[in-house]
Amino acid sequence: MPAAPTSGSRLRLTALLAPPLLWLTLAYLGSLAILLLSAFWATDSFTSDVVHTWNTDNFHELLTTPVYRTIALRTLSIAAAVTVIDALLALPMAFCMARVAGRRWRRPLLVAVLTPLWAGYLVKAYAWRVMLGEDGVVGAALAPFGLHGPGYGTTAVVIVLAYLWLPYMILPVYAALERLPERMLEASADLGAGAWRTLRSVVLPAVRPAVLAGSVFTFSLSLGDYLTVQIVGGKTQLLGNVIASQVTLDLPMAAALSAVPVVLIVCYLAAVRRAGALDSL
Amino acid sequence: MRKRKTSAWRSAAAVCALLLTAAGCGSGGGDDKGGHAPDKLGKGEGKVNIIAWAGYAEDGSNDPKVDWVHPFEKKTGCQVNTKTAGTSDEMVSLMKTGQYDTVSASGDATLRLIASGDAAPVNTKLVPNYKDIFPALKQQPFNSKDGRMYGIPHGRGANLLMYRTDKVKPAPDSWRAVFDDSARYSGHVTAYDSPIYIADAALYLMRAKPSLGIKNPYALDQKQLDAAVSLLKKQHKAVGEYWSDYQKEITAFKGGDSVIGTTWQVIANLTKAEKAPVKTVLPKEGATGWSDTWMVSAKAEHPNCAYKWLDWIVSPKVNAQVAEYFGEAPANRKACAETSDPNHCAIFHADDEKYFQRVHFWTTPIKECLDGRKDATCTDYAQWTRAWTEVKG
Repeated sequence: MPAAPTSGSRLRLTALLAPPLLWLTLAYLGSLAILLLSAFWATDSFTSDVVHTWNTDNFHELLTTPVYRTIALRTLSIAAAVTVIDALLALPMAFCMARVAGRRWRRPLLVAVLTPLWAGYLVKAYAWRVMLGEDGVVGAALAPFGLHGPGYGTTAVVIVLAYLWLPYMILPVYAALERLPERMLEASADLGAGAWRTLRSVVLPAVRPAVLAGSVFTFSLSLGDYLTVQIVGGKTQLLGNVIASQVTLDLPMAAALSAVPVVLIVCYLAAVRRAGALDSL
Repeated sequence: MRKRKTSAWRSAAAVCALLLTAAGCGSGGGDDKGGHAPDKLGKGEGKVNIIAWAGYAEDGSNDPKVDWVHPFEKKTGCQVNTKTAGTSDEMVSLMKTGQYDTVSASGDATLRLIASGDAAPVNTKLVPNYKDIFPALKQQPFNSKDGRMYGIPHGRGANLLMYRTDKVKPAPDSWRAVFDDSARYSGHVTAYDSPIYIADAALYLMRAKPSLGIKNPYALDQKQLDAAVSLLKKQHKAVGEYWSDYQKEITAFKGGDSVIGTTWQVIANLTKAEKAPVKTVLPKEGATGWSDTWMVSAKAEHPNCAYKWLDWIVSPKVNAQVAEYFGEAPANRKACAETSDPNHCAIFHADDEKYFQRVHFWTTPIKECLDGRKDATCTDYAQWTRAWTEVKG
């Protein structure tokens, strides 16, 4: 049992923790608080100046205008689709890296997965804009099969976001699979389980928290994204775009709108927490 | 344990109160909205921060031959920091930060800047080149108030219809091509991504549906706005993407993702320079357009350099360079003698008031109908903004 802290060491601990805690409350949570507060203000419709009169009109409009519901649902389904796709891609990839490939290959494969993270976000999104364009690589590759590329739109957004956030899903799953004791797989085989049975009853339960942790990244990053939509989304409108276009004209409305992804994320985190994915964090 | 919890809550409340006061401080404003125009100019401050449309403040980085920023810096000692804005809305919000000295505002932003007190009146006596500006651009409803000029006119132009000559046949001569006939180019129509684009639909309806009684595309009552919105919703089905970033439109037309839609002449010029077969036309219904004005911020930190920039940008030679690069009608009469193409002013109808009568310059829609109707209430810009979100769905 550790000794009770003396008053000197407690002072030092306080001094050590004070700056980051101050940062967390003032700069980090404070800015969020200000944002949410401004959702209760109004805007002068002509000058776009913020008028500091307390009201809930913005939230009322948010909840009663059908177009906002449509946009919120569209954003939610895109984030969900991106998460599912990334999980389906990451599981076999991470399994290959951690279990199938030899020890020598693990590091190069890991670097290969990480490399795209080092390239700029815009570069990658614009690369996809070129590839998905009317005379782009994707269309040309599909043409011999009589197929057409997806063009710009919702499908393109899902593809590009799934591409952008894939490493955030692979890494936790890889880490979980690498930690999985070899003995458990052997025991499963000794008990007569085939590859499928082992995957279903041993591997998947073991990586479930990792997949859920990765999904927090893919889901929240997709919910808040607006650049990819601008670049390859065609005429698709997501929450991020509406917020971005309102910020310049109607800050309080933009603030009210940004409460939507915050609420969605909080709900998602609560659900994931119940599933036990955050215990290992 | 319980005690600690309360004290945590108390400190959180204190932080909130602190933030609230900090946030409230910014709103204090005096009666003299917009500040005053200076009586005389002093020495340059060595720096000027400007907000400009793409192509208005070229420093040679896009094209080494196109540079009127460095000569200005050399002549005046004022270092230029340019922020390129994509839309008028962006310009308005950037001006609110108070970090910029001058802005090349279009008519849909000017009135908002004047009303919010972000732009100061301009003493035109301190801008020697002002005397050579075309009279038709001075003292206009979108750049002056109570007989005082709020900026120096820079140039004007129309929002044209651009199309790919290899994909759009026959050549269009009406906005019908992007509205009632838009289904022909389904998935490849483009439109300007701003609430002000609603005026383009209203302009088309002036001719196509006279029964609506639209006299001015910026003065729409609720019924007229609804008609424009339903036309735009119909167009939405055929739209491939909306543009506000000019680079995005260039690549879309070059790659064939867009084949028809609104544009500015400068975009058409740059697209042609990239070897894409495009043409522009001023449709028979006329067009919406813009008349730009360099305004000075009411909170300008470098007003002297800002005035020097105002005088520089409308000086005959520079105004000619900008007008040719951007593809617009210059504001300075003497600029017409300085253009490298002697026909530039004729092509862009610089002094052709008949031509510009067909162009309806961007104006901020307000509740009092701009067309003079007293028996109706018009829709304002906030309503247009919401309608635009709805159009895009």
